[in-house]
Amino acid sequence: MKNTIRVHQFHGGIHPPENKKQSTGAPISLAPLPSRIILPLQQHIGLPADPIVKVGDRVLKGQRVAEAIGRISANIHASISGTVVDIGPHPVPHVSGMDADCLVIESDGQDEWIEHQGLPDYTQLAKPELIEYIRQAGVAGMGGAGFPTDVKLHLGDDHIVNTLIINAAECEPYITADDMLMRERADEILGGIEIIAHLLKPLHIMVGIEDNKPQAIRALHDALDKSHLNLDIVITPTKYPSGGEKQLIKLLTGVEVPSGKIPADVGIVCQNVGTTTAVYRAVILGEPLISRIMTVTGESANHKQNYEVRIGTPIADLLNHSGVDRAQMQRLIIGGPMMGITVTNEQIPVIKTTNCLIAASIHEMPPQPPAQACIRCGMCEQVCPAELLPQQLYWFAKGKEFDKARHHNLFDCIECGACSYVCPSNIPLVQYYRFAKAEIRKEDDEQRKADHARLRFEARLARLERDKIEKEERRKQRAIEAAAAQAAKKDAAFNKAASPATNNPTDAGVPDLKQLKSNAAIARTKLRKAEKALANAQDKGLDGIETLQATLKQLQLKSELAEKAYTEAQQAPAKSAAAPETDLKQLKSNAAIARTKLKKAEKQLAAAEAGGEGDIDALKAQVVALQAKSADAEKAYQAADSGTVSPVAIDTSALEAEIATLQGKVDKAENAWKAAVESGSPAAEKMAAGVEKLKEKLTGLQAELTQARSAVQPAATVDTSALDTEIATLQGKVDKAENAWKAAVESGSPAAEKMAAGVEKLKEKLTGLQAELTQARSAVQPAATVDTSALDAEITTLQGKVDKAENAWKAAVESGSPAADKMAAGVEKLKEKLKGLQAELTQAKGHLETNAEGKAEEAPAIDLKALKQQVSIMRTKLKKAEKQLAELPEGEDNASLMAEIEALRARHDAAKASFDAAEADKIAAAASEGIDLKQLKIDAALARAAVTKAERALSKAEQESKQSLETELLSIRAKADKLNATLERFSD
Amino acid sequence: MSLIRITSPHAHRPGNTGSVMLTVLMATLPGLAAMTFFFGWGTLIQVLWGSLLAIALEAACVKLRQRPVSFYLTDYSALVTAVLIGLALPPFAPWWVMTVGIIVAIIIAKQLYGGMGSNPFNPAMVAYALLLVSFPIQMTSWAGPFVMNGDGWAVVSLGDTLSAIFGTAGAAVDAHTMATPLDIMRHRGGFTTEEMWVKDALLANGIGAWHAVSAAYFMGGVFLLYKKIFTWHTPVAMLASLTLLATLSFLLMPDQYPDPFFHLTTGATMLGAFFIATDPVTSATSNKGKLWFGAGIGLLVFVIRTWGNYPDAVAFAILLMNLCAPFIDQYTQPRSYGHAKPNRGMK
Repeated sequence: MKNTIRVHQFHGGIHPPENKKQSTGAPISLAPLPSRIILPLQQHIGLPADPIVKVGDRVLKGQRVAEAIGRISANIHASISGTVVDIGPHPVPHVSGMDADCLVIESDGQDEWIEHQGLPDYTQLAKPELIEYIRQAGVAGMGGAGFPTDVKLHLGDDHIVNTLIINAAECEPYITADDMLMRERADEILGGIEIIAHLLKPLHIMVGIEDNKPQAIRALHDALDKSHLNLDIVITPTKYPSGGEKQLIKLLTGVEVPSGKIPADVGIVCQNVGTTTAVYRAVILGEPLISRIMTVTGESANHKQNYEVRIGTPIADLLNHSGVDRAQMQRLIIGGPMMGITVTNEQIPVIKTTNCLIAASIHEMPPQPPAQACIRCGMCEQVCPAELLPQQLYWFAKGKEFDKARHHNLFDCIECGACSYVCPSNIPLVQYYRFAKAEIRKEDDEQRKADHARLRFEARLARLERDKIEKEERRKQRAIEAAAAQAAKKDAAFNKAASPATNNPTDAGVPDLKQLKSNAAIARTKLRKAEKALANAQDKGLDGIETLQATLKQLQLKSELAEKAYTEAQQAPAKSAAAPETDLKQLKSNAAIARTKLKKAEKQLAAAEAGGEGDIDALKAQVVALQAKSADAEKAYQAADSGTVSPVAIDTSALEAEIATLQGKVDKAENAWKAAVESGSPAAEKMAAGVEKLKEKLTGLQAELTQARSAVQPAATVDTSALDTEIATLQGKVDKAENAWKAAVESGSPAAEKMAAGVEKLKEKLTGLQAELTQARSAVQPAATVDTSALDAEITTLQGKVDKAENAWKAAVESGSPAADKMAAGVEKLKEKLKGLQAELTQAKGHLETNAEGKAEEAPAIDLKALKQQVSIMRTKLKKAEKQLAELPEGEDNASLMAEIEALRARHDAAKASFDAAEADKIAAAASEGIDLKQLKIDAALARAAVTKAERALSKAEQESKQSLETELLSIRAKADKLNATLERFSD
Repeated sequence: MSLIRITSPHAHRPGNTGSVMLTVLMATLPGLAAMTFFFGWGTLIQVLWGSLLAIALEAACVKLRQRPVSFYLTDYSALVTAVLIGLALPPFAPWWVMTVGIIVAIIIAKQLYGGMGSNPFNPAMVAYALLLVSFPIQMTSWAGPFVMNGDGWAVVSLGDTLSAIFGTAGAAVDAHTMATPLDIMRHRGGFTTEEMWVKDALLANGIGAWHAVSAAYFMGGVFLLYKKIFTWHTPVAMLASLTLLATLSFLLMPDQYPDPFFHLTTGATMLGAFFIATDPVTSATSNKGKLWFGAGIGLLVFVIRTWGNYPDAVAFAILLMNLCAPFIDQYTQPRSYGHAKPNRGMK
């Protein structure tokens, strides 16, 4: 018999003693029916099958007892009829020697087939259905690894399969299962090939068979003559491991399967010859894979032959049937001598991939002698079918240089054992490679885990960093807000205290004293240190004594000054404020408590009188007593108060507070009265009287206040600020009232007229206060500076209001609201007010400029900063709001946000305007002394640029944003104009 | 009988490292015979004396290292080393020369590195190079081949040889010592090679002995190739590169350079090519690497013989290439199955 196609060569290979003749003497015989079978759930590559029967179930031969899970898995069928007696771990043929889950079936001795039917006309079936049919039969590769056959049959779907190779090489010594199968069942084999070819549609089919099986070759040829199959039977020289998939492919096609790829990637599919019969039986006869041909051989076996064995048969049955001499048997191998595994438990079952059982004697397979040193003779290299350098891999594995081992393609090792076979030093090379592979896999696993952990850690760090940044931003925001609050407070404090330089030093007396003391102490310490250093330098004759002396002198001076300041400060308040300060407070609070008690009592009395109930007399007496007490406290307080020089300021402020409280009461009372009037309550008259009383009291207090003010000059500053706040409060009330009134008008409420009257009243009050303020201001010179800033703030607020009102008015006009006209009037009014204030401001400024050139400078500087801050805060808020608006999805209700933004913008503009004004002031002041005209010019230029920019933006902008841009432009233009004006003024 | 559990493979080819070494020893027999035949008892005595020393020292070292003595002695690697040194030394070299050589080879060059398989340099060549550098007179006084004497077979009696080697009576053999052909060709003064061939008695009459010895080594080498103890790569590459260079130089200046046949058949060329350069422990390991390794030796042999200070160069050339072997290994990995090209370099 001659090959019609060229046989290629693969590198290396060995010729171990074949030992095949022993088991080919007798034909295949049926192994006896086992009394029980053990079916491992995993007999294949992939996921273990899932049992679908329970313990106690009766199963028939050929019945599916476990089903495939997932794509790469295989069904498992009972090979006998009987009862499931156990599902659990049992010893299985695995190199680890560990147990695995198995189904144990006790035979009922009937060997009863489940109903099954073949598909002789399988070509009628669609391919996927046919493959599914084969899958149902649980067919898996019967050569070596047990790869589920249906998966390989699907390869035609996504690969171009040119060549189908049927592996009949059977290169391992001892094994003759495929040989005998081919001799006896060549028809089945060809039938199976036909089915596989039908599915894969290869261009070329080859059967690779070693030349040591002439009978099998002849049988195949004979069968082929009767078949219409077109295939080549390729006879290869006997050489281990020509049956290795990659080696056989190389032999038959000359093609190498690229490292890390599968044969299908180069258009080749390999099937074991045993698998073809399984496919044939599954498709044509409808029999699932429940038995296989296997060789029982080895020197200690009496009958060395091939059996058809049911899957799951314990090997003990086969050993017994073959008459294995247990005394002689020293090594029991499942598989061949080159790649087989040893087993020590005879209850281990035959599985789908079990092709041979070698009961070897000690003479046949003597224990490996101890390994000698590797002399790098290179015999392993000469036989390696993977063309590796086994000697180098050995050194790397031994030295745990796994990187190098990998670099030397360790993972291309197929563990055929040829290197170990030839090694003169008897080194168990394959074991070293298995070790290295396992270690590398472990390392990779750990690396993967570490990478995963690292990624997670990095993500966590990033998250923490993000959190930190966010926190920081929030903190900054808070800081800005706090600064704003601080600035506001400072402003207030500033307003209250005017400039500390002009004020009475006793105000700051207490904290100052401490500061001075510590200052003095520090100065003393420094002095001593310097003295020591000087002494040291003089002792050692170091350089720089003169400088040290100079420093010392300076420090002495400083220390003296500090001490002096401290003692002075200590003495000064001793005369005046320090002591009475606390007393005064105590007295004041006493008085206040007395007053409160009195008031309570009075209230109770009033309630009693009104209701005509209770012990009115007792209450009256109480009131009288309390009145006396209160008067006493008040007197004591006033006495203490008048004893000091400065507390007039406190006095007035207390008075003011009283007035304010009273005013609040008046308001409340008035409201209550009004409500009463409206509801027609009979208590209204009484209430009116109460209100009158309160008013009288208020007037009295106010008179007192004026008196106090006129008496004390320095307190005037405080006065104005108090007035300012009062005015502001009042104005707020006016606004509220106006709004309420408008709302009332709009809703057509009958209370509108009354309200209008209330508003008018309030306004009158406001004007009165304002007049008072002006008066106070004109009276007090130093306060002028503060005045203007306050005025400025007022003006800006007002301007904001004007803007708001205008906007509201516009909105009203647009929506055609009937309130528009009225609103317009309101706006006009506000504008007028604004103008008035502005006039006032200019007046104040003029006053300031002429009178307080030098003094004024300090104050506005602080002012400016605060203003600037305010502006920036406002800007931030505005931007935030705008951003919110921008982020708001379209179509949502953004009206409220818009309104908010408008308000904010107005506030911002106001703040900016005030800032600008202050800045302009400053510049003017500075310029009047000849400072930095250049900067001014630059600013002006910048402002002009901003104007053009804004104009351009406006022209581009859409209708919606136009308005805001317009306002912005206006403000910028105003700024530019202002700057230009200043510039012109100075450049003349 | 309890079953053993062991991973595959379960089959093993009979034989071990000891049998490999014995085969090598067997292959040296023709060379040893030829040496004895042409140069007298000296070589045989050197080999026996060296073997005795080597076995004793090896046993002592293995014992000191607390390892099973017989197991290590039966790898016969010490014996191979001793035989190779014995073949390389001048037949009448005093006993202490061999003693120093064996001490250096077995203790320093081999056992101190970890014993067989762990030595980076060929122990025999380390010993030879050290002796040549240390005792140039003893190492260059070679015996004259018997063919030069008219009166036949035994030039120097066994007794005289023994006393020359182990005694102080060197005078008995003095008359029979002479330089080697390589030495003569090196120090030929102003004469051309042609003139030397005529003028020098050894070259004119005794060169046949050297040819015969080289042929014997060659036969031994072929035997080892046949037994697949080593592959053809190293000796062929070495001889080829040496031949190539010698041919080129001879063709260019025939009167200044000896012909290639002279290079191949004198000195230790054949011994080196088949018995020393093929030492697997110290040579490059892949087939490709062996080609480079052999070619390098050939090149160095020619360079040192032609321009160096020493008459023969095989020991130096092999030691130098031993140095290069690990480097060569890095760049001569074979292309593995399924790979487009071989991996190179380190990782």
